[in-house]
Parts: sequence; structure tokens; C-alpha cells
Amino acid sequence: MSDKSHDPNQMTGAAMIVRALIDHGVKDIFGYPGGAVLPIYDEIFQQSEVQHILVRHEQGAGHAAEGYARSTGKPGVVVVTSGPGATNMVTPLTDALMDSIPLVCITGQVPTHLIGNDAFQECDTVGITRPCTKHNWLVRDVNDLAKVLHEAFYVATSGRPGPVLVDVPKDVQFATGTYHPPRKSDVHRSYAPRVKGDATQIRKAVALLANAKRPVIYSGGGVINSGPEATKLLRELVEVTGFPITSTLMGLGAYPASGKNWLGMLGMHGTYEANMTMHDCDVMLCVGARFDDRITGRVDAFSPGSKKIHIDIDPSSINKNIRVDVPIIGDCGNILGDILQVFKAEAKKPDIKAWWQQIAQWRARNSLFYKKSNDVILPQYAIQRLFELTRGRDTYITTEVGQHQMWAAQFFGFEEPHRWMTSGGLGTMGYGLPAAVGVQVAHPDSLVIDIAGDASVQMTIQEMSTAVQYELPIKIFILNNQYMGMVRQWQQLLHGNRLSHSYSEALPDFVKLAEAYGGVGIRAHKPADLDGAIKEMISVKRPVLFDCRVAALENCFPMIPSGKAHNEMLLPEQANDEATATAFAGGKALV
Amino acid sequence: MNQPASAYFIEDRHDPNETHTLAVLVQNEPGVLARVIGLFSGRGYNIESLTVSETESQKHLSRITIVTTGTPMVIEQIKHQLDRMIPVYRVVDMTLTKRSIERELAMVKVRGQGEHRVEALRLADAFRARVIDATTESFVFEITGNTDKINQFIDLMRPLGLVEVSRTGVAAIGRGPEGM
Repeated sequence: MSDKSHDPNQMTGAAMIVRALIDHGVKDIFGYPGGAVLPIYDEIFQQSEVQHILVRHEQGAGHAAEGYARSTGKPGVVVVTSGPGATNMVTPLTDALMDSIPLVCITGQVPTHLIGNDAFQECDTVGITRPCTKHNWLVRDVNDLAKVLHEAFYVATSGRPGPVLVDVPKDVQFATGTYHPPRKSDVHRSYAPRVKGDATQIRKAVALLANAKRPVIYSGGGVINSGPEATKLLRELVEVTGFPITSTLMGLGAYPASGKNWLGMLGMHGTYEANMTMHDCDVMLCVGARFDDRITGRVDAFSPGSKKIHIDIDPSSINKNIRVDVPIIGDCGNILGDILQVFKAEAKKPDIKAWWQQIAQWRARNSLFYKKSNDVILPQYAIQRLFELTRGRDTYITTEVGQHQMWAAQFFGFEEPHRWMTSGGLGTMGYGLPAAVGVQVAHPDSLVIDIAGDASVQMTIQEMSTAVQYELPIKIFILNNQYMGMVRQWQQLLHGNRLSHSYSEALPDFVKLAEAYGGVGIRAHKPADLDGAIKEMISVKRPVLFDCRVAALENCFPMIPSGKAHNEMLLPEQANDEATATAFAGGKALV
Repeated sequence: MNQPASAYFIEDRHDPNETHTLAVLVQNEPGVLARVIGLFSGRGYNIESLTVSETESQKHLSRITIVTTGTPMVIEQIKHQLDRMIPVYRVVDMTLTKRSIERELAMVKVRGQGEHRVEALRLADAFRARVIDATTESFVFEITGNTDKINQFIDLMRPLGLVEVSRTGVAAIGRGPEGM
């Protein structure tokens, strides 16, 4: 035993946790202390390699870590206590699972001898988070801790990325055991995600692409998750083939919005040209997207005449919602590289001039049209001005969820990946503000803007205090229409205009609220004041709440009504009361 | 179907359901069964039968045999969803291999006297069920076979004084020299 005391790998469980973070190159973590993690916080206190950001609510830590992860491509790390600390993490874990974001969450747990006794701040953390993590572990022996922590990082970041959770009882944090640095054998032998695509399938895909008359590329968040190489290859593929490209909400920025082959986003609030191109195409190449129900519209009428190629690292994404003809399982970047290689060697750019002419006609419908006003700020106009005035800057955008999110996706042009952080799958109101905190921690000198709604932003507004404490100059740009706009839009369209609880009664004065937190409040009422106010917001080097008062009843178009196909979009100029009533005709049901 | 006013598209599903037996080889670690069952309940899949036991104790391997029903697309989803779980080594669709043997064991308690008792014993003999417990007014039979055979035996025992049944659920293995 005596020589063991000099072994530098002998340490407490709490020390192992901090040591593992350092070994995995973690610089910043987000968390909130509590009884069951005090030994870990004691270790954090006694070192300076890992910076801890204290949030105001554990959900904020989770979303901040998500923003951090999505803007850097590195895993986000969270430390929270047992019981309520863990249950408050359920929303961000689920959010990260839906959007494939690598998170490593470490939770404290009551001492092992108390587990199952309904002890103070006890909950079944691994049970509760089992369906909302890619994998989770309860560590009962300090000598298993190093292996589990290393495996946790590997599982979170490899294959289809996702959140993982390691639950560490307090006695395990106190106990001394043997640490080891990361090594290959730390990982389950049963976990081996496939990276390389099947060569036969790749040849089949290239044959389809080379003979396409009406092709489209439909890319998703998987391209961004795969890394910078995948983005580069996607752009090259578009260049080499000359094909039109659209993207999901999660995939914005992989292909630049200013690129000549860009159709805009597709789906429920996508552009007319993107959805029509999807509907009428003869060959569809889906890269790292999952045919989500916001994308497909009516599934039995989804792109009826096309051969579909689907690249995804997760076999369970294949044939889940839409049957595809050529599935290719593996990493997007890897497979795009192989497709390009075969295409360049064996095929030439197909002649699709007629297809582009057709697309030009759809584009001419100008589906993102809105009526400008000199008296009142239209929310679309506000986003356009924000985009123009931040152009050329090193800008990151986060959003909450609702109309403002869709307008941001429609009107803010993203040129690069990792610049757009939004809650896509889960649709978590309250995501954007803490996500902005995380992005700003990762990129202290960049301009980080949360495009928010007046309702969403109040769900996690307390993180303003975090931003002030760490001098994170995030900008919260609130499109304030005094409604839960998307809820109201659906009530108008589907529920006889009965606006049940969708009005933001008793809104706080956001300018005063900003000041109360020690930030800066800015308000704009008139279109003429908007540019000046946005410039002021950009120049302020402190956290800002920007109260942008916008037209209250503006709705988000174009739109695929429920139960309709891509070619049955409701365009803005058609969105009068009569047309919407017809488009949404049908029975009544609550889903 | 008339679509209701909803944010979701509600699909009519007409594909016929199929029954499949899946063999799942997993790392035997805490929570692994909860993961598998949670997947089925969370995603709305059916479990008709579930059998679990450690099969290779040195390697900490357990084998889970699941009988499930669903449309072909759902069955395919179930296999992929199982396969992507971290502690799952392999998922084999025993129904698709068409070369698998399925067995179940049941213990069937029957209470009765006179002619019923004699008849129960006679049927048990015909089904190759063994008597593993007897009193002057009852038997416990042990029967193995595929699910249909056991269902049939239980149905026959019902009018003869069936008291209770304990079944193991289905275990399945492939024919021939190869392992899964």
C-alpha cells in the first residue's frame, strides 16, 4: 500500500472527474453546485485548467453546453447535482438527443447506501434520463469511474453524436481509486458505428445522380456534425454536379445562402421553390437529414416521382418515415468524398437547364414576400435589417422557438456552418438565451445574437444574470409582438380564431429588466429607428435585451398546411381569410 | 381519411402486421433490460413475449428473445433501434432466417377429480407433458413446445379444471452448425 500513496494515478473520484475533463481537452464547463456534487466543486475550486460557468438554473447549463457544442464541434460539458439538478437537465438532454448534439452531463447522486431509500434530493437519474440520452451510467465503484468517463466522451462524440450522462454517488466521489488516461479498451465492444459507406451503394447512387434530369440535394444537420470536411465536400458536389440544393432547419450554413444553387430552406415554412423542387424531382440526394414530419408534409404524397438516396450514420434513420431506394450508412463526409471521387471519374455534369428554368419560375413566385410598412416594424424586416447590419461580421445566431425562429431561418442568410444554433427536433422555447451564453463562452470576441420572441425569452431569462457575471456581451433581439405568435397562428388557422391563452399578458418592461440585471436595454418602435438601434446594440460591449416592437398580427408564410403535400403550399399573397379557411378545411381534432 | 385540423399529418396505415421473433445479444450490465423494454414502450412497439437470461457468464453476455408484431417498416425500425443501443452486440430476426426453432416451457396446474382427472392425464400424455407435482385432487404439468402447442394444451385443460399457468416466453435458436 505504501508505494500506492505515491502513485499519481491514485486519487479521489471527484479528482478523477476533473482530471478526465482535462484529459479530454475540456476548457469550459457549465453547472450548478449542490449537496451531491460538493466534492467535485471542491476539486474545480483547486485548479485553473477548466473554467466553470455558473448558470442560474440547470436547464440553462444544458442549453449553454449545447450552444457551446454546436458552435465549436466539441462536446459540451455539464455538472449538476442530484434530484432537482438532474431532473432540470431532462429538457436539454432530450433537446440534444433530438438534434444530435454531443453533451457529457455529470450528475451527483446520493451515497450508494442511500440509493433507493427516497433520500434527500434523490431521484432515479439513470432511469429518468435513459430515454433522453444516447447512453448513461451509474458508477458504483470508484475504480470504474475513469473507464466510464472516457467511454462517455467517446459515445457522445462518435457515430451519431448525442448526450450522455454519468451519475456519480457522493461516496464514490470521496473514495480513492486508480485513474487511467483514455485508452481504446474503455469502450463497449458492442459499440462500433459505421463510418465508411458501402461501395456498391455508392456506385448505384452515382449512377442515379449522373442520369438525373430533375435532381435535388437535400442536406441536414448531419453534414455539419460530420465536420468541416463534409461541408467542403458538399459544396464541391454542388459545384461539380450543378444541382440545386435545399436544407433542413438544422443544416443551414453547410451550403452558403449566397450560393447560386441555393433554394432556401425546405419544409413547413420553407420556400416555395425548395418544396416544389423536392416534390417534382426525379432524383433526391438526402445527406444527413431524417425526413422529419416538418419536412415531408403529407408522407404518401412526398416527392412521388423520385428515386431517393439517403446518407445517414444512423441505420434507424433509414426507411423510418420515407422509403428510400439507395440507403448508404456511414459518415456524411466520408461518403460524400467517395461519391465525388466516383462521379468525377465516371460521370459528367448532367444537362439540367430545363430543370433550372422550371425552378426559376417557382422562384419568381417570391414566396417570402411581405408587405413593408413605414409605421410599424414587420418582423421579417427586422431580421433582414439585422442580417444586413451584421453582414461581414463574425456573427453567431441562436433562436428560441416559434415564429421568430422561422423568420430567422427564412431571412438571415448563413454562409458557414456552426453559426446557427436552434432547437429543431424538440422545439424548446427558452433554448436561445442560454445557448447564446454557451456560444459566447466559446467565442468571446464574436458577435452572438439570440433572435427571440417575447414569450420564449421569458422561459430562461434568468441567464441574463450569468451573462452579466461573466461579462458575456450576448445580444437578445426580441421580436416582441405580445403573442405566442406560432400558437396564435395555429389558433387562427385551425381553431376558429379563438386565441386561447396565447396573448402575452403582463409583459415585463424589457429595457428596465435588462437594466435590473446590469445589462443594457434598447427599444425600437418604428422602422426608421431600427437601423440606429441595431447599430447601437452591436457596438455595446455588454449583454443587451433589445425590445423590438413588431407588427402584432403578422403570420409566418409560406406554409404547408397540415395533411397537405409540398406542392400545396399556402403562399403569402394567398393567405387571406377565405383561402386559409379552405386550405385548412377538415374535421377538428386535438393532437 | 379526412385530415383533422392538426399540426401533425395523421397517416392511414394499411400495411398488414407481421409477427417476428428477434434474438438480441447484449452486454449483461445494470439497466440493459430496462433500456430494451423502454425502447418498446417509448416508441409504441408491441411485445408479445420476452425471455431473458445470461447465456455466457464469463463474457457477461445475455440473450434476449422478443416476439413482436408490426408492419414490415416498423419491424425494420425495431431492429435498427435495438442495434444502435450501446450494450447491444447483435440483433437477429429469427423469423427472416426461416431456419430457427422456437420453444416455450409452461407449467400448468389443473384441479379436478374423477373422469376430468383421468382425461387431463391422458391429454398430458398425448402432448408429452410431464407430471412434476401431484396431489389427490391436482396435477402440475410441465410442457415444452412452440407457442401454438402450449396454447392448445392450455385450452384443452380449461374445462378440466385449469387453475393457473406459468410460461417462460419464447426462446429461439437457429438450425445448423452456425451461431448467431
